[in-house]
Amino acid sequence: MSDIKKFMYINRRAPYGTVYAWESLEVVLIGAAFDQLVSLAFIDDGIYQIMKGQDTSQLGIKNFSPTYGALGDYGITNIYVEKESLEERGLTLDDLIPLKYEDENDNYAEKDSIKVVTASELAKILEEQEVLLDF
Amino acid sequence: MPIEVNGKTMETDEEGYLADLNQWEPAVADVMAKLDDCQLTDSHWEVINFLREYYEEYQIAPAVRVLTKAIGKKLGPDKGNSKYLYELFPYGPGKQACKYAGLPKPTGCV
Repeated sequence: MSDIKKFMYINRRAPYGTVYAWESLEVVLIGAAFDQLVSLAFIDDGIYQIMKGQDTSQLGIKNFSPTYGALGDYGITNIYVEKESLEERGLTLDDLIPLKYEDENDNYAEKDSIKVVTASELAKILEEQEVLLDF
Repeated sequence: MPIEVNGKTMETDEEGYLADLNQWEPAVADVMAKLDDCQLTDSHWEVINFLREYYEEYQIAPAVRVLTKAIGKKLGPDKGNSKYLYELFPYGPGKQACKYAGLPKPTGCV
């Protein structure tokens, strides 16, 4: 029982210039099989990973952004986006893919997974984690 | 080992998954099932079609745990359980059904 740990995956890089974003997403999905308490944070250019309307046709790389929509099915319901990173890029919550999950304890009501938090709020959340994985 | 489907040759990887997902057509599932000595029924097709829709939407093959839960929600609790799915796909509902559906090996199948 005590083997359940709080995992936080921090995503801070743009989605397609490096393999970090995709690697992170794969590790998150694979790791979800192990029944840990998993949260994700998107900060800095990592925010671009969950932006709406991605088109990779000119890059010759698969657009994996639809896969973030499956996170709710994998039991990942806490996705933190840093407010300052959004504002610095002139973005709002509306520019992000609306990630949702169904709450089993609330008659499968659909709820938002994304929570916009300030840098200082995020720092507190990070302090509560037992494992931090930085991508 | 390549498979023959309606006169076309299709490449597969060492585990029998289709190399080019775009080549998939329903006959692929029938040919693969025959290689496993398995006859596909409407119940198999419910799962295969579900997986194809899931892949279309999310671009991944769901882990078996996710598949089981999602099938239960869509097709009812009598189908959303491991026993039912393993009876249909004895080699593992994730791996075998994804293979027939032309999907890659499920993400999260360790």
